[in-house]
Amino acid sequence: MTVKKYKEVLTKPLLEENPITLQILGICSALAVTSNLSVTLVMCVALTSVVSFSNLFISIIRNYIPSSVRIIVQMTIIASLVIVVDELLKAYDYETSKKLSVFVGLIITNCIVMGRAEAFAMKEKPLISFLDGLGNGLGYSIILIAVAIVRELFGAGTLMGYEILPLVSNGGWYPANNLLLLPPSSFILIGLMIWGIRTYKSDQVEANEYKLSKHATAPDLSKRELNA
Amino acid sequence: MLEHYLSIFITTVFIENIALSVFLGMCTFIAISKKIDAAFGLGVAVIAVCLITVPLNNFIFNTILKDGALAWAGLPDVNLQFVGLISYIGVIAAAVQILEMFLDRFVPALYNALGVFLPLITVNCAILGATLFMVEKDLKFGESVVYGLGAGVGWAMAIVVLAGIREKLKYSDIPDGLQGLGVTFLIVGLMSFGFMSFGGISL
Repeated sequence: MTVKKYKEVLTKPLLEENPITLQILGICSALAVTSNLSVTLVMCVALTSVVSFSNLFISIIRNYIPSSVRIIVQMTIIASLVIVVDELLKAYDYETSKKLSVFVGLIITNCIVMGRAEAFAMKEKPLISFLDGLGNGLGYSIILIAVAIVRELFGAGTLMGYEILPLVSNGGWYPANNLLLLPPSSFILIGLMIWGIRTYKSDQVEANEYKLSKHATAPDLSKRELNA
Repeated sequence: MLEHYLSIFITTVFIENIALSVFLGMCTFIAISKKIDAAFGLGVAVIAVCLITVPLNNFIFNTILKDGALAWAGLPDVNLQFVGLISYIGVIAAAVQILEMFLDRFVPALYNALGVFLPLITVNCAILGATLFMVEKDLKFGESVVYGLGAGVGWAMAIVVLAGIREKLKYSDIPDGLQGLGVTFLIVGLMSFGFMSFGGISL
């Protein structure tokens, strides 16, 4: 029973309840850091570790947090974890940390972290909260990595900096699609990805708020009232 | 001098628009843009909070956190930059809370209009992002006031425009899977391609 529950908590956010495509959480960084696969991987590891450990720590002290100041307490825990990640990154991989610029700091306000802390860690036991954080972090990572692969492979012909598709400019055959290297293209990619996922899992489709009435091509004369 | 401030303002609103060029505050940007009224209310709240917190954080950064900034207290060797993130978010959370109480007491009409949005703003990355960019650009106090205003106005403008487009969308026939979130992503993508055309302007 419990093992099954753990497994469910870990795997559900991957596709079925994906934080980005279904819950609209944590989109900011998904767009800005995906032009290069190796930078994206660092970002994914950073976010996944922050969200799982913040869930763990918040869940451990959940019974001692007064509900009126819980947001501040959660923020403090999350901000401390992000500072640790930020300092580690600056110490061991300064180049990548420069490329990510403010986006590591912005993990603090990443809604996935706050959302999971508020919705899951405040109620559940530590171990399962940790797994929930891990699952959501991985769900986020899957989308980011997929977007980054498409953007780097077709935008620059490389993956992780290694040349896969030889570019025309280097004597190869592939003309690079520079449009994909521009940040807005990740919006389009995620939009199409949502379309794909929702076509496959049709229960995620949002209800249409407005229905168009059928367009009559010719005026329906039988319903016309006589002008008495 | 005025020209310098004006150019910072124009740059932040159009060329480096915080929503459409650096993609900050996207979660609320997409979630609260179904109706123009709500989008406008949220936009005004973001302008107010940006205008307060960015200069405040600039003051804290320059007098306490910066390398050697504590010289006035007789501690020239102290560099507190590593606690930056936690103090900025603390300032933002506190400022939002104080603004909420202030509005509730003195301007209840505005409080009723903005009330629901204010708590959301603490976790809006546009606010923290504006502060972090301010630190990265190493702005002076006067510049940071203009930067905070510009960042807020740019974000507010973008969300109102998006809400306008989405209100018009109810007349269009969208494929099932693309309904709601999907099509919003595509629109924001196109809007931000549009905003990239401001990138060529140099001031």
